[in-house]
Parts: sequence; C-alpha cells; structure tokens
Amino acid sequence: MTPSWEAAAVRLRERERWKSPETVFWCAALVAPFVLPDDHLFLSQIAILGLFCLSLDLVLGIAGILSLGQAAFFGLGGYTAGLFAIHVDGDPLLGLVVAMVATSLLGVLAAPLLLGGRDLTRLLITVAVAGILYEAANKWSAVTGGVDGLQGIVIAPLFGKIEFDLGGTVAYWYALAVLFLVFLGLRRLKSSPFGLALAGIRLNPQRMPALGVPVDRRLTVAYAIGGAVAGIAGALLAQTTQFVSLDALSFHRSAELMLILVLGGAGNLYGALLGAIVFSVAHHLLSEINPMYWQFWMGTLLILIVLFAKDGLTGGLSRLRDHLWKGGTAP
Amino acid sequence: MTTPAIRTVGLTKRFGSFVVTNDVGLTVETGARQAIIGPNGAGKTTLINLLTGFLEPSAGRIELNGADITRLGQHERVGRGLVRTFQINRLFNDLTVLESVLLATNERLGLGAVSWRRRSACGGSIAEAWNVVELLGLAEVAHLPTKALSYGRQRLLEIALALAAKPTVLLLDEPAAGVPQGESGELFRTISALPRDVTVLLIEHDMELVFGFADRITVLVNGGVLTEGSPEQIAKDPRVREVYLGEAIVV
Ligand SMILES: Nc1ncnc2c1ncn2[C@@H]1O[C@H](COP(=O)(O)OP(=O)(O)OP(=O)(O)O)[C@@H](O)[C@H]1O
Ligand SMILES: [Mg+2]
Repeated sequence: MTPSWEAAAVRLRERERWKSPETVFWCAALVAPFVLPDDHLFLSQIAILGLFCLSLDLVLGIAGILSLGQAAFFGLGGYTAGLFAIHVDGDPLLGLVVAMVATSLLGVLAAPLLLGGRDLTRLLITVAVAGILYEAANKWSAVTGGVDGLQGIVIAPLFGKIEFDLGGTVAYWYALAVLFLVFLGLRRLKSSPFGLALAGIRLNPQRMPALGVPVDRRLTVAYAIGGAVAGIAGALLAQTTQFVSLDALSFHRSAELMLILVLGGAGNLYGALLGAIVFSVAHHLLSEINPMYWQFWMGTLLILIVLFAKDGLTGGLSRLRDHLWKGGTAP
Repeated sequence: MTTPAIRTVGLTKRFGSFVVTNDVGLTVETGARQAIIGPNGAGKTTLINLLTGFLEPSAGRIELNGADITRLGQHERVGRGLVRTFQINRLFNDLTVLESVLLATNERLGLGAVSWRRRSACGGSIAEAWNVVELLGLAEVAHLPTKALSYGRQRLLEIALALAAKPTVLLLDEPAAGVPQGESGELFRTISALPRDVTVLLIEHDMELVFGFADRITVLVNGGVLTEGSPEQIAKDPRVREVYLGEAIVV
C-alpha cells in the first residue's frame, strides 16, 4: 500500500500542473507576429512590458511587498545594458546578464532599507530609491545623456549571427523568448517551497518567524529577483530600441505598472501578462482614436474592469469560467 | 544537576511605566510538563512572548538548554527547538491545512529558500507534514483552505503548526480555548502523548486540565511569580486559593 502522504503529494502536484489555457496563451504569442506582420515592434514592447509587470507580480502579488518603485530597476537595467553595449561589448545576451547582476545587487542593497518599515514606509522608500536614481541619471548627463536620453547604443547580432532588423521581428522573438524563460522560472518559483514561504509571509508576516522562517531574508531574495526581472525588461527595451530615456526611471512608470497589475490581477503571473496586453492595446487604440483624451478613456476602462472584477481580468475570467463550467454541467 | 530546558533570570517587561513581567526567574526542567496559571492579565502571554522573542525584554536574561538566547531572533529560537502556539489563532486563511503545515516542515528541513523544486516533489517534507496532519485528526480537511475550517479545527491547526516545527520545548498558550468541550480531552491526550523528552510549558485556565496534565505549576500574579510547586502543593497553598477566590481548585 502506498503511504497516504503520497496521495497528498499528488493533490499538491495537481495544483502545479500546466493547464490548457496556458498552452493557448503561449500559442497565441507565437501566432501573433503572423497575424500582425506590421506590428512586430509593438508586440515586442508588449512582451517587455509584460516582463516588467511580472517583476511587480513577484514582489507585490506573491511576496506582498508594496512597491511603487519598480522603475528603479527597469531604468537601471536599461542604462546598464545601454552603457555596457556602448563601452564594453555589444552582445545582447551578455548585456542582459550584466543588467541582471546590477539590478539584483540594487535589490539586495535596497532591501534592508525597505524591510525595516511597515507597508506605507516601505512604499515611500521604494518611491525614494527610484527618485534618487532618476535624479542621479538626470544630473550625471555626461554618462547617461541626461534628459536627452542615452543614445548611440549599437547591439551586436544575437548569438553573433542574427542581426536586429528595423521591423522588430528579431526583437519580438528575442523578447518573447526571454519573457518565456523568465516566466517559467517564476512559475516554478511560485510552486516551490520558497514560493509557499512567500505566500505565507504575504498572508501573515507576523506568524512566520514563529514557524522558524527568517522573513527578512526571504523577502530580500524575492525583492532582488523581482529587481533582476525588471532589470532584464529594462535591458531588453534598451537593446531593442537602442535608446534609454530618463522616463524609464520615472515615477509614472512605476505607478502605471501598478495599474497594469491591478488591471490584470495580481499573484498568478498571467494577470501581469494579460494586463500588459490589454493596457498596451487599449493605449494604442485609444490614443489613435482620441489623442487628446485617451487617458480619460483609459481611466474609464480601468474603473469598469475593477468594478466588475476586483481581482482584475484573471480573477474575472476564472470566475466566468467556473460559472460557465458549472452552468454547463450542473444537473 | 542537569541544565534546565528554560531558565530566566530577572526577566522584566515594561510598557511605559506599567510593569507586565516583573523580575521573573522561571526554571523549566527538561522533559517537564509544567503549567503556568494566573488570573487574566497576569502576564502569562507576555511571558511567552518574551521567551520566544516575540517581544524584547526590558531587562533580564533567557537561557535555552544553558545557552543565552536573549538576543536571538524568533526564527533562530524556533531553529533551536523553542516553539509556541498562540492564544488567538494566527493562521493563513487562503492556504490549505497541508500547505500551512508544510511552511513549518519545509523550513525545518532547510527547504525554505529552495525556489527551483516543486513543493510536491519534496516528499520528505510532505511525509512529515502529513504525519502531523493525521496526528491532529485533520487529514480529511487537509486540502481545504484554512478559512473554511471550524474554529475548533483551526485551533488544532494552530497546534499542528507548532508540532511541525519539531519542538524540543513547546509553549502552549491556552490551546483548548474555543475548542468544543468534547474535543479538548482528545487534544490533551495528543499533547500528553508527545515524547517525554519534549518539554511542555502550558498556559491554561481550566484547572481540571491543568491538574490532569502538569507535574509542576507556576502561579503568576501581577507579572511576578507568586509561587511554584507540585500540583498538590499548589492546590493546598492558601495564597493561590486567595488569588482564585471563588474558583474551586480540586485535585
Ligand atoms: N503591547 C502591550 N502594550 C501595553 N500593555 C500590554 C501589551 N500587551 C499586554 N499588555 C498588558 O499586559 C498585561 C498582561 O497581559 P497578558 O496578555 O500577558 O496577560 P495574560 O496573563 O495572558 O492574560 P489572559 O489570561 O487574559 O490571556 C495586561 O494588563 C495587558 O493589558
Ligand atoms: Mg494570555
């Protein structure tokens, strides 16, 4: 007879299993450039925004750290990758690694400031760290280009072979591949013991030390990984647009990201991606239809979604699915 | 003489000018089944908060198996086997019972920082967690979210979380509070059945449970130790009777 704990392990495994909507989602990402042959640059930017939003989903949605300063990592990643390409080596993958290292280091250094305080203090410190970096990049214009942005980035061919094209086709596949790999890593993290510890910390941070969990150490790692993910996103943007603007570090970037995550739904990774897609498309369409007032319509859209689904698009969709499923099979 | 499991020296906690723990020198021998009794507000929970590092003492020293732990963090004390339960449940509403218990077993087995393995693949931890879940009779609700459990069962989960950390010294803060009458006996049988090398310090108001369980009793009044002794001595002590005026103490 198999011991009963093995049955319990099977139940746990069930929750972690790859589900069919996930396959649909990623197949759609593969098909998208063929359906939209003229919009590859736009698609690559959605993928990058999705990656950026995953970083907030890890930090806020999974670990529960209120951060309004993810742009610090996004911008630092962008500048690091850009400067590295200009002054050291144009290899894109090497640039990603360097950006990743720099941003995770920032995460490790900033974490102690952050974790000392409560929610609101934490929020302010994340804002402050991003603000300091913004001002530093602004003042240090000899290196960063200041308000004009960092220009003159030349990226070498991918793997030394594949040249980046103006249409953004390579950029899209490159961004999508990086997004998918990071996504797989985060998906695994979420279903790992570490991911469970983060969920515990989010749900009841005061109880965790009494279970033997070093809360600050766990959160530091989560914050640094989140920083690295945002840094990779920033680096991707720098590499694929060959430009870094000061805007990458700005407060409104961080705030917008929070909005996208709330729109998509926090804590399940797909919300971040779906939010990025819906936000980008809505932004694109609305600013075409109504260049002056697109923000008004965007706001209206957001309010509507949050009214109908407090837990964002993914929350709304999963309830819709449950509803249809029950409706379809109930006797 | 052997080293006691717990020894405090001059342990004191003040909130402003209000002394909640007053120069407490408490000794709990290894393997003891000791109880702390005292009226509401005597400072029993505060004492446990100090022992576990949930609160920092204003003065005094705490030793665990002879080692000074006064400055250790809560999780480090748990790592050394000093584990508690809470008087008021502190649980994880959206996690299932099994997941909650896994939090403790994962950590104890050094898996808490492992981010590249599925938790369902950590069989050793699951097996341990499952043992605890079964021990407390929670197997049939193991996959339900905590918030779906009755209060009595949530109480059992609170204790399961502590046991999952494999304590050598277990501090129980009114474990039976809120557990239906019929189930508290069962709960105490589980606690009594813990291996004898586990030291248990129990806070409990129900005198019947205390006298049935403890081989040593400490009486706490106004933050200070009034007296300490065997259940017989405590039951006879006129000062204790005075404190519990109106509450019959029967052995
Ligand atoms: N954080 C705090 N700040 C100020 N006073 C506190 C604090 N925590 C506890 N107290 C006070 O300390 C005293 C002792 O509280 P404690 O919870 O330790 O008592 P107790 O013996 O556990 O009581 P009970 O039997 O009701 O659980 C009470 O008067 C309480 O109001
Ligand atoms: Mg109490």
